[in-house]
Amino acid sequence: MRVVGNFFKARETGILLALVLVVVVATVKNPSFLFSPDGFRDLLLTPSILLLLAVGQAIVIITRNVDLSVGSILGLTAYLTGRLFIDVPGIPIPLVFLASIAFGAALGLINGALVAFAKVPALVITLGTLYAYRGINVLWTGSDRINSSDMPKDFLALGTSSFLYIPLLTIIALIVLVIAGWFLYTQRAGRELYAIGSDPAAANLYGLKVTQRVLVAFIVSGALAGLAGVLYAARYGTVNSQAGVNLELQAVGAAVIGGVAIFGGSGTVWGAAVGAFLLVTINRALPIIGVQDFWQRAVVGVLIIGAIVLDRVLALRQARKLMEMRDDS
Amino acid sequence: MFNKSKRVGAIAALAVSVALVATGCASTGGDDSGEGSGDANLAITFLPKNLGNAYFDTSNAGGKEAIEEFGGTYAEVGPATGSPDGQVSYINTLTQQGVGGIAISANDPTALCDAINEARDAGIKIVTFDADTSPDCRDLFINQAEAAGIAKIQVDLIAEQIGDAGKVAILSATANATNQNAWIDLMKEDLAANHPDIELVDVVYGDDDDQTSFDKTAALLQTYPDLKGIISPTTVGISAAARYLQTSAFKGQVQLTGLGTPNQMRDFVNDGTVTAFALWNPADLGYLAAYAAKALIEGDITGAEGDTFDAGKLGSYTVGADATVLLGDPYVFNKDNIADFNF
Amino acid sequence: MTTQAPVARTYRDYGQPLWRRLLISRASAVIGALLIVIVVSSFSVKAFAKPITMTYLFLDIAPILLIALPMTLIIITGEIDLSVASVVGLSSVTLGVLHQGGMPIEGAAVVALIVGLLCGALNGFLITIVGLPSLAVTIGTLALYRGLAVGLLGTTAVTEFTEFWTDLAKSKIGDTAIPSVVILIVVLAIVFAILLHFTPFGRGVYAIGLSPEAARFSGVRVERTKFILFLLSGVISALAGIYYTLRFGSARGDNATGLELSVIAAVLLGGVSIFGGRGNLPGVLAGALLIGTLASALRLANVTSDVINVITGTLLIASVVGTSFLAWLRTRRARPGGVPRESLASAKS
Repeated sequence: MRVVGNFFKARETGILLALVLVVVVATVKNPSFLFSPDGFRDLLLTPSILLLLAVGQAIVIITRNVDLSVGSILGLTAYLTGRLFIDVPGIPIPLVFLASIAFGAALGLINGALVAFAKVPALVITLGTLYAYRGINVLWTGSDRINSSDMPKDFLALGTSSFLYIPLLTIIALIVLVIAGWFLYTQRAGRELYAIGSDPAAANLYGLKVTQRVLVAFIVSGALAGLAGVLYAARYGTVNSQAGVNLELQAVGAAVIGGVAIFGGSGTVWGAAVGAFLLVTINRALPIIGVQDFWQRAVVGVLIIGAIVLDRVLALRQARKLMEMRDDS
Repeated sequence: MFNKSKRVGAIAALAVSVALVATGCASTGGDDSGEGSGDANLAITFLPKNLGNAYFDTSNAGGKEAIEEFGGTYAEVGPATGSPDGQVSYINTLTQQGVGGIAISANDPTALCDAINEARDAGIKIVTFDADTSPDCRDLFINQAEAAGIAKIQVDLIAEQIGDAGKVAILSATANATNQNAWIDLMKEDLAANHPDIELVDVVYGDDDDQTSFDKTAALLQTYPDLKGIISPTTVGISAAARYLQTSAFKGQVQLTGLGTPNQMRDFVNDGTVTAFALWNPADLGYLAAYAAKALIEGDITGAEGDTFDAGKLGSYTVGADATVLLGDPYVFNKDNIADFNF
Repeated sequence: MTTQAPVARTYRDYGQPLWRRLLISRASAVIGALLIVIVVSSFSVKAFAKPITMTYLFLDIAPILLIALPMTLIIITGEIDLSVASVVGLSSVTLGVLHQGGMPIEGAAVVALIVGLLCGALNGFLITIVGLPSLAVTIGTLALYRGLAVGLLGTTAVTEFTEFWTDLAKSKIGDTAIPSVVILIVVLAIVFAILLHFTPFGRGVYAIGLSPEAARFSGVRVERTKFILFLLSGVISALAGIYYTLRFGSARGDNATGLELSVIAAVLLGGVSIFGGRGNLPGVLAGALLIGTLASALRLANVTSDVINVITGTLLIASVVGTSFLAWLRTRRARPGGVPRESLASAKS
C-alpha cells in the first residue's frame, strides 16, 4: 500500500499525468495525432533523441553540476557519423555507433577533467565548451552538409523503421534509460552520485571518490550525447553545422521539469525521460491546439521556473515537517 | 592578487599566447583579402543568405568561375543562419577591408540598407542576386527570372498534380526573405484568380534550416490531414519535405513541388515522391552577378536602364527597369530530364 | 556552485606602493595583452590600422560593455544572470512591435526599459524572496524571455525605424571615429565604478560575495542588494537591446542570442572570481575590450566567426582554470611551512 501511495505522490507521476493530458487534448482536437501510423511513430520517435540528452543531463545535475555543451557534442558526433560513412565506405554500422559514442565520451572527459580537477564550476566550463565545440563543428563542416544520399540505406532505415509498432530509435533510448536507472538506483557508484550532489564536502570527508565519480558523470553525459548524435543523423538524414543548437537548454529543462533538483542530490532519470517526452510533445501539440509554435520556448521557460519553484516549496515543507518531527519526539 | 609575480607571469604567458594565436590566425588569413589585378579593384566577395546551403554553394561556384576568368579575387562569407544582422556584420567587415564589389542575396529588404550605403560611400559596388533589397540601396539586381513567372510555374505544377482542386500549403524559407515573399504574394493572386477550387490553408517557415523544415512538414501533415499538396519555393525546404514524405504514410497522397536542385531531388523524383519541380541554373546566376559587378567596378556601366555589359560565356546582357538584369526563364525538372543535370 | 572559504588578506597584500599595485594587477595584465593584440594586428592584418576599425569595434562591443557592468556586480555577490541576452531580445522585440504599431521610438524605448525592469524584478523575486539558486532561475528565464520575444514576433523582423534614431545609434563624436554610444558607456561605467568601489552599497556587494552570513550579521541588507542588482541587470540589458535594435535597424526575436557568453567571458577574463568576492571594474572593461579587439582583428583577417567563438570559449575556460591553478599553487606553497603564510584557512580563490 505504501508503494502505491509513494507512486502517486512521486513527482514523476505528476509529470506523467501532464503528458497524458497533453496527448489526450491534442488527440481530441485531431485524432491523427495519436491514431495514425505517422502520428504514433512521431510521438515516440522525436523525443527519443532528447531523452538521451536528458538522461545524461540528469546524471550530471544529480552531482550538483550542469553540462551545457551536450548540444554541441551532438552536433559534432552527428557530423562525425556522416563523415565516417562518406570517408570509409562500407564501414559497419555498429562501428559507427561505437566511434561516435567514444568521441562523445572523449569530449565529455574534457569537460569532466576541467570540472573535477581544476575545481572550476561546471557552468563556466561547459558554457565555454558549448561555444568551443560548436565553433570546431562549424569549422570542420565548413559549408558542407551531410546529405541523406551520403549514408547507407540500412542506417537511414534505423531512423524510421519500427519493431512491433515502436520505433527502433525509441527502443534504443528506452534500453539506455533502463540501464541508467538500474545503475543509479542499485549500484553503489550510482548512489554515491546522489551523495556527492547532496553535500560534496560531506561526501569528500566520508571518503567517496568525488573526483572520479564526477569525471565519470561527465563522460557518461558526453557518451549519451554522442549516441544521440548518431540517432539524429539516422532520423534526419541531413546534418549541417547547426545540428543540436539549443538542445542543451531543452535537456536541462527536461531534467528539471522531471524532478531533478538543480542543486543536486535528488531526482531520477525516469523523471527526466518523462520530462523530455513532455517537452517535445507539447511542442508538437501546440500547432494542433491552435497556438503558434513560436511560443514553445516560452512554455519551456514557464515549466522550468514552475518546476524549480515547486521543488523549493516541497523542500521547505519537507524541512518544516522534519523539524516538527524532531520537536515532537 | 597584487604582488604575486608567479600570477603575473602566468597572466603574461596567457597574454602572449593569446597574441600568438591572434598572430597565427591573422597572418594565415591576411593574404586572403588581396587586391585585384590591374587598376580596378576586382576583389569581389559573395555574401549569400547563409552558408551550408546547396543552392548558394552552386551560385558561389558560378561566381568563382567567372571571377577567375576575368582575373579578380574571389571570396565567400556568410552567416550560419539566415538573419539580417548576421549579414550586416559581414558587410561592415567588407567595408573595412575595402573590397571592390559585393554580391549579396539579402535576408531582408531594408535592414541591410544602412550598412550597404556605408559600403557604397566607401566606393564598393553592390550587386544583389536571387533576393533583392529595396532598389535604392544597391547598384544592380540580378533576377533569376520574372517573379510572376516563378510564382505561376509552381502554381501550375501543383494544380496539375492535384487535379486543380483541394487544400495546399506553402513551406517557405525565412519570414523576411524578399524573394520568397514576393513569389508567395503572386502565388496567392494567381490562385485566387485562376484556381478557385484550390484552397491555401497555411504558410509555414522553415527558416532555410533543414531540421526545421523537416519538422514543419511533419506538423503540416499532422495539422491538415486532408492536405493535397505542398509548395516549397526554397531548395532547402523542398528537399527536407521530400525526405519526410518519402518515409511517411502520405507519400503519393500529398504532392510536393517547388524550387529544388536536381542533385538533391533526384532520388525523390526517381521513386515517385515528387513528380516535377522547377528552378533555373544557380551557377549561371552567380556567374552573371560576378560579371555585372566587374562591369560596375570598371565603370563600363552605371546601372542605368539600357546599359549593356558582357557576361563571358553567357553573352551580352542589358539592364532593364529598376536597375534589374534578368537571367532567363525557370525550367521544369521531372523524371525524363533530371539525369541530364549536375548541380 | 559551491562557495569556498575566502583568503584572508594580510598586511602584505597592502604593503606595496601604489604604483606597484596599479602596475601588477589583473587589469594591467589584460591591458597589456590588449596592447600586444593591437600592435600585432596592426602589422599583420590588412586594414586593421584604420580609424574605421575602432568605430566598428565600439559599435559591436557596446552591448557587451554595457551589460558587463551590472554582471560584474552580480558575479561578485556570487550569483549569476544568464538571462541577459534574452532580455536584450525581448526589449528589442518590444521596441519593434510598438514602433510598428505606431508608437514613436521615444515612447517605445521607455516601455522597453520598463519591460527590462520587470524581467529583472522577476529574476530578483525568484532569487531573493523565493530563495531559488540563480543558475536555475536564470536558465528558466533565459528560455522564458527569449520565448516571449520569439512568440511576439515569430520569425519576422521589424526593420522600419525612424532614421533619426538609427543614425544616432551609429553616429560619431564630432569628427572623430569614436561612436557616440561610447559616451553612454563611459557615463554608466563611471556610475557603476563609483557604486562598486566608493559606496557602502558596493562594499556590501563584496561582503555578500565573501560570506553572505557574515555580511548579514554586519548589517548588509543581502536580499535587497541582490534584488537591486538584478533590477539593474534587467534595465541595462533592455538599454543594450534598444541600442542593438537601432544599430542594426532590425528587431528580431533571436537578436543577440549567445551574448551572455561574451559578457561572462569578459567579466571572468577581467579578473572577477566566479566564486564571488573579488574583482574590479577596470579589469572587466579591459577584458571586454580584449575580446572585442581580438574578434575584430580576426574577422578582418577573414577568420570565420566560429573560430572566434572557439577562441572566446577557450579564453573563458583558460582564464578560470588558470586562476584556479594559481590558487592551488599558492596553497601548495604555503602548506609545507605548517601555518600558511598567506592565508589563515586553506582556500581556493
